Amino acid sequence: MDIPYTVQPRPDTGVYNAKMGIWLFLASEVMLFGGLFSAYVLLRVGADVWPYGWLNIPLGTANTFVLITSSITTVLAWVALKNNQFSRFKLFHAITLVCALCFLGIKSFEYHDKFMHYEITLANGKFADGHLIGKSKDFDLEKKTGSVTLHGYEVDQEVELMDLQRPEVRQIQREEITIPAVEIKKMGNYGPWHNTYTAIYFTLTGLHALHVIGGALVIGFLWGPGSRMWKTDPERFTNRIEVSGLFWHFVDLIWIFLFPVLYLL
Amino acid sequence: MGATVDQFPPYRDRQAHHAHDGPGFWRQYIFSTDHKVIGIQYGLGALCFMLFGFFLMLLMRWQMAHPGQPVPVVGWLMEKTLGQVAANGAMSSDLYNSFGAMHGTIMVFLGVVPLAFAAFGNYVVPLMIGAPDMAFPRVNMASYQCFVLGGIVMLVSFFIPGGAAQAGWTSYSPLATSIPTDGQVFWIIGMALIITSSLLSAVNFIATIIQLRAPGMTWMRLPFFVWAQFVTGFLLLLAFPPLEAAAVMQLMDKVAHTSFFLPTGLAIGGQLANVSGGGSPLLWQHLFWFLGHPEVYVLILPAMGIVCEIIANNTRKPIWGYKSLVYSALVVGFLSFLVWAHHMYLTGMGQKIATFFQATTMIISIPSVIILTCLLISLWGGSIRFNTPMLFALGFLPMFGMGGLTGLPLGLAPSDIHLHDTYYVIAHFHYVVAPGTIFALFAGIYYWYPKMTGRKMNEFWGRVHFWCSFVFMNIVFLPMFAQGMKGMLRRMADGGANYSAARVPGVIDTLPNSIMELHTWILWAAMALGLAQIPFIINLFWSIRHGEQVKSDNPWQSTTLEWQTPTPPPHGNFATPPRIYRGPYEYSVPGHASDFFPQNEPEK
Amino acid sequence: MNSGHSPESAHSVRGYLFVYFALLAGTGLTVWASFIPFGSREINIAVALLIAGVKAFLVAGYFMHLISERKMIYNVMGFTVFFFISLMFLTLYAMHDFPPTTVTH
Repeated sequence: MDIPYTVQPRPDTGVYNAKMGIWLFLASEVMLFGGLFSAYVLLRVGADVWPYGWLNIPLGTANTFVLITSSITTVLAWVALKNNQFSRFKLFHAITLVCALCFLGIKSFEYHDKFMHYEITLANGKFADGHLIGKSKDFDLEKKTGSVTLHGYEVDQEVELMDLQRPEVRQIQREEITIPAVEIKKMGNYGPWHNTYTAIYFTLTGLHALHVIGGALVIGFLWGPGSRMWKTDPERFTNRIEVSGLFWHFVDLIWIFLFPVLYLL
Repeated sequence: MGATVDQFPPYRDRQAHHAHDGPGFWRQYIFSTDHKVIGIQYGLGALCFMLFGFFLMLLMRWQMAHPGQPVPVVGWLMEKTLGQVAANGAMSSDLYNSFGAMHGTIMVFLGVVPLAFAAFGNYVVPLMIGAPDMAFPRVNMASYQCFVLGGIVMLVSFFIPGGAAQAGWTSYSPLATSIPTDGQVFWIIGMALIITSSLLSAVNFIATIIQLRAPGMTWMRLPFFVWAQFVTGFLLLLAFPPLEAAAVMQLMDKVAHTSFFLPTGLAIGGQLANVSGGGSPLLWQHLFWFLGHPEVYVLILPAMGIVCEIIANNTRKPIWGYKSLVYSALVVGFLSFLVWAHHMYLTGMGQKIATFFQATTMIISIPSVIILTCLLISLWGGSIRFNTPMLFALGFLPMFGMGGLTGLPLGLAPSDIHLHDTYYVIAHFHYVVAPGTIFALFAGIYYWYPKMTGRKMNEFWGRVHFWCSFVFMNIVFLPMFAQGMKGMLRRMADGGANYSAARVPGVIDTLPNSIMELHTWILWAAMALGLAQIPFIINLFWSIRHGEQVKSDNPWQSTTLEWQTPTPPPHGNFATPPRIYRGPYEYSVPGHASDFFPQNEPEK
Repeated sequence: MNSGHSPESAHSVRGYLFVYFALLAGTGLTVWASFIPFGSREINIAVALLIAGVKAFLVAGYFMHLISERKMIYNVMGFTVFFFISLMFLTLYAMHDFPPTTVTH
């Protein structure tokens, strides 16, 4: 006996099996990101000070536009198939994939920026903060040789580095500072280990990016070799586009919450 | 939730699928997508893991009864394979801790859940609802493969430098992150794989039960076992992901040196830890127990389902209170998400929130008791057949009762202050899971064995297995209540010797000799319990070829659909979609020729 | 071509484009509103989450067709959202409800 309702929906539930399955899976994903969002809320509420303005808002906004665009192209790709327009489907999903690549490109740039951004605790108790321009050839933190050059500024207290939107901070001139290794007490970049804000930022956006990659791979497969099914079983293929589209919309949904929470608030 | 459908749609013509030259050994037995094969794969795998977990426990009990002494028989082997931690064949404290953590992890996640949910669920549920297979057969196979991978990672972790995880099955931070070896990383990766396996299974089960019920199989005609698996699926689906999120964060803490769960000012080994701080150990506990509590209902619900089926069948009368059972299962599932912090009463929570969780915990006991009561009342007036499945099912009832009742002083915050983290807790949850769930699982194995193999397991040795297990289970776990109430804490590698009256005479409230001597009783009873499983293991394999052959497809004369198929059911289960005409427990219907009326038999 | 889905009018491209521009506008609105000094950070958070909630409703309701699905699906999602909210708020409450004499910092 064949498995029923793989393509035709079951009358009393109104869905075919794969659509039921993907919604159930998305429910579990809501709880997964929900766990991380809860962690974010708890860590932030429990913190004395919380960073503000550490992320590039124009880039984040651009990424939001990119994902929203990919969302509508996903829907239009499915509509094209329902209207029997295979080449339009190909066009729309090609745009979806380009948007995905765009998103990942911008995200990589942002990540790279964070890894290049250093905070140095100086021996005199002050803090130097800026992007790494270079290290001297003989630079060795353990042996205290050489020096490091940042494009940034110095502050007296670490808490001044928290809120970067304050007018006083925005007016500071960033310049090249060379710091000899002997004066460095501690040096670290703004990776996940820097504080709980960067930790939750990298974890949330990292997990989200993995979902973008996963979704792009599936849509890419269906756009490419998987599209052969259009010839043999068009209804089933259309359903696959719908189901993968639902996953993609979910990825966009998560970003709709991630963007204001991490970038704006 | 809509009622049902009138008929399944006409079959789609899929040529390749039915070209049966025989799929070959690998596709049929190893890489199968057939739910029955996958069910048996899960079952055998889970039983192996349970046996391994049992050995870990035996070694731990030896250590508790004879702290620091070389382990007889296997001590040399331990030293050979594990090295310094088992020096001279004796268990070091580190080794004891890792055995403890892995015993819990393996029994819960690689033993009971795969057996109760994945194994029985996979084999029986599609048959019981009249479906040809699970909704997503390839996802089913993938979920089994994730389970195997996760199990391999967990087993391998014993042999890496530093050994397996040592921070308990609960893996609390900062201890879990501070231990300098990699056992914890393997644990997290193993858990991630196991969680993935469960999530895929849960999606499959729920979609199957909703979408693939045969024509006429309305929601209220489903056997209670299917309802139990349905609720269990939702618990796994929604409760596991926050733990997965937490596991990712704990992995980041360990590998990327973040401080999700590491507080500011953390000192390790007398030195300030080189981390950013700002994290919260309590956050881990909340996220862990958010899964941890629904997890225990995952352990018990399928067992209740199995017991229900066997009681109905062996009393030859309908189950009392079917609707109550169904609604209670749904309510238990819902409430189980709202009680988790009763595992955390001693973390410094304020009174208001502790009261909230205490209230929900008390409330959740109501539907649990309703389920037990319905099963008990179902016995009244029945023509009881005392075969082996029924013995185990009957044994389940008082054992689960004891386990459940002893949960009450734990769920009430004031008494929990005294009992938290003592052996009372261990006794409580083992009563529910060991003579509780595991008895139900044994019952299920004896019950459905004839459908899988066409032969019955040996009845005499089944009874031996039951009576010995019943007696020795109680001797193992009953004394632990006394030990816990006297203040013996969990996870002490020396069995509490440091706090005993013998070690520190004259100090008040130390553990008296009478309590410490119980360790020896428990050890011997545990070994006897292990010996009692040998007839079962032999019976299981011997009966495949030599068991008494059944004379019909329905040897227990059951009403439910899984017995209305050929033995064993072929690929696709039913030649044509069955049609359902009545509820699942139509036994002894007045005026009917035989004392059971199968669900798919048309009215005359 | 009909897989039993809701009537063709639901697939109107115009409708989807309308949602698209609403989402773009919502994004701009979120950014702009985040710079308005409402006085307390809490109000900014509430406004941002409100706008995000509306955008999420649009994506889920129209792009994901939730608005035309039957009870089964949105019951599942409804329970899920309820449990997520419980996780967050109960945990928050638990971590900030201390006995009166406790020193927290």
